[in-house]
Amino acid sequence: MQVTSSIREPLITGGKTLKDITHDVSRQVEGKPSLGWLIGLLVSVGALLLGSIALAATLWEGIGMWGLNKTVGWAWDITNFVWWVGIGHAGTLISAVLLLFRQKWRMAINRAAEAMTIFAVICAAMFPVIHMGRPWLGAYWALPLPNTFGSLWVNFNSPLLWDVFAISTYFSVSLVFWYIGLIPDFATIRDRATGFRKVIYGALSFGWDGAARTWSRYESVALILAGLATPLVLSVHTIVSFDFATSVIPGWHTTIFPPYFVAGAIFSGFAMVLSLMIVTRKVFKLEDYITIGHIELMNIVIIITGSIVGIAYITEFFIAWYSGVAAEQYAFINRATGPYWWAYWSMMTCNVISPQLFWIKKIRTSIIATFILSIVVNIGMWFERFVIIVTSLHRDYLPSSWVMFYPTWADVGIYLFTFGLFFTLFLLFAKFFPVINMAEIKSIVKSSSVRTNK
Amino acid sequence: MERDKNFILGIYEDEDVLLEAVTQLRQGGVRIHEVFSPFPVHGLDEVLGYKRSKLPIAAFLFGLLGTALALLMQYYMMGIDWPMIIGGKDFAPLPTFIPVTFELTVLLSAFGMVGVFLITSNLKPWGQPRIFDLRITDDKHVMAIDMANNAGLGEQKITDILKSSGASEVNKKSFDR
Repeated sequence: MQVTSSIREPLITGGKTLKDITHDVSRQVEGKPSLGWLIGLLVSVGALLLGSIALAATLWEGIGMWGLNKTVGWAWDITNFVWWVGIGHAGTLISAVLLLFRQKWRMAINRAAEAMTIFAVICAAMFPVIHMGRPWLGAYWALPLPNTFGSLWVNFNSPLLWDVFAISTYFSVSLVFWYIGLIPDFATIRDRATGFRKVIYGALSFGWDGAARTWSRYESVALILAGLATPLVLSVHTIVSFDFATSVIPGWHTTIFPPYFVAGAIFSGFAMVLSLMIVTRKVFKLEDYITIGHIELMNIVIIITGSIVGIAYITEFFIAWYSGVAAEQYAFINRATGPYWWAYWSMMTCNVISPQLFWIKKIRTSIIATFILSIVVNIGMWFERFVIIVTSLHRDYLPSSWVMFYPTWADVGIYLFTFGLFFTLFLLFAKFFPVINMAEIKSIVKSSSVRTNK
Repeated sequence: MERDKNFILGIYEDEDVLLEAVTQLRQGGVRIHEVFSPFPVHGLDEVLGYKRSKLPIAAFLFGLLGTALALLMQYYMMGIDWPMIIGGKDFAPLPTFIPVTFELTVLLSAFGMVGVFLITSNLKPWGQPRIFDLRITDDKHVMAIDMANNAGLGEQKITDILKSSGASEVNKKSFDR
């Protein structure tokens, strides 16, 4: 039997019984959609449709529609790609890493965070695919398929190819991990439903019956998937950082990138989880499950990862100076004081200074402050990728080709498209899937609720 | 009496009472068909005498297969079928094969293990489970006892044992198939 200290804050408040949990989570799936949800869906689908004009134009005309030029070959596309992938990392961190560390507070948020991971990775993957220019031929360039060149294979020395394998493995393993966790909860909804819904959730639940033998296997599957997903999530952003770090471009050619990118990914991902969960708990009345305690713990993760990111920025700057390489030194001075100084200082303010406010308990336990800061962090993390990519490229080796990058409406439109896609998918998930892992939450009711911790 | 058709069900509210009851019943010579729960109860597989799952071994073997296939694929493509010098590296530079090898190891390990899990646990989209009690996926633990397996004890005796072990209800359930 699990023993929880009586001085520890309960994870579930409101004296919930097992039946209450089933009811509180299932009623979102069973009831009519709320007005707030419908408005949210309308806005998201609107953004999706509006953005799809830019997407269609880009696919029809080619990537000349974007603001890229011969000096700045990567800009918004790859910035958005890295940003979305980074956001995805928090889901795996919560569901896998915190499972290995036996952090029970993860249980209330892991389902939604994993959903966020999957949708964010879908959004991320769109950018490199569109950037291929002719994505319908992309399979030959990205996958080791036999072709008419006899076969000329893909280049396994290239980090861009490693990325293809890393992102697709990450997506599919996360999807499986998420779905295995959903099966028992789909069975709960199946057993409450009648008619058509029973058929649908019956199929989704894979014929789950809750037998002890199956639960025992389920638990070992979850543990091993967590064990596999933990190095996987670290490898994904490491490999994303290799896209830059293995090149010889000043500003990119740094060995600090892998840990720095992983910390940044977790940082932005937790911020996005907070933005989403603060709204979800309010709209779906789940305040007893996703408590202020959960928000505070996530804010602590944000302080830690934000500080790691801050130290990485400073280290990177120091090493550029210490290397004695003039081009490297110029790349960094140019970042901070050149024409993109505003991007650099936005990044510094949002990522390094703003999370430090969470040292104050009043701020990290305030819902409004957390919500605002979580959005600030994600703005900062977008600027981080923009700074790394664009400021390192725009003043290259010949001053005659020094340029600025200006996004076009197509750049903005495709970014908007991914926002629409992300929120549409998340809203559909929130309505039709149980947003909280009921089975896992039920397993801690006895050891960590108000009733037992009196 | 036919096996696997007629059951006596003990309904339990609390997982600790359930664990105690399982131990008590097994010591009393009752053969338990299966216990159904709304959530994973730690230690239940042990008191029921289930062996540890072999799924970790499956995961390891599939992972090994992934490692081998990934290395073979890359070695064949880069080293044998169309050797090229890229960036002054060897034809088949092992260090640059590691990331893809790692990813494919994880991929095959995860998918292989989950596949084995779904097959051994008989989980499939068209699966029609035998539902002993609708409250199993809500808030009740249900212990199912196959009457044919416990013919020596008799219905009344089993009911009494279940009641005394802390079951809140004792029901009967029969299946046609």
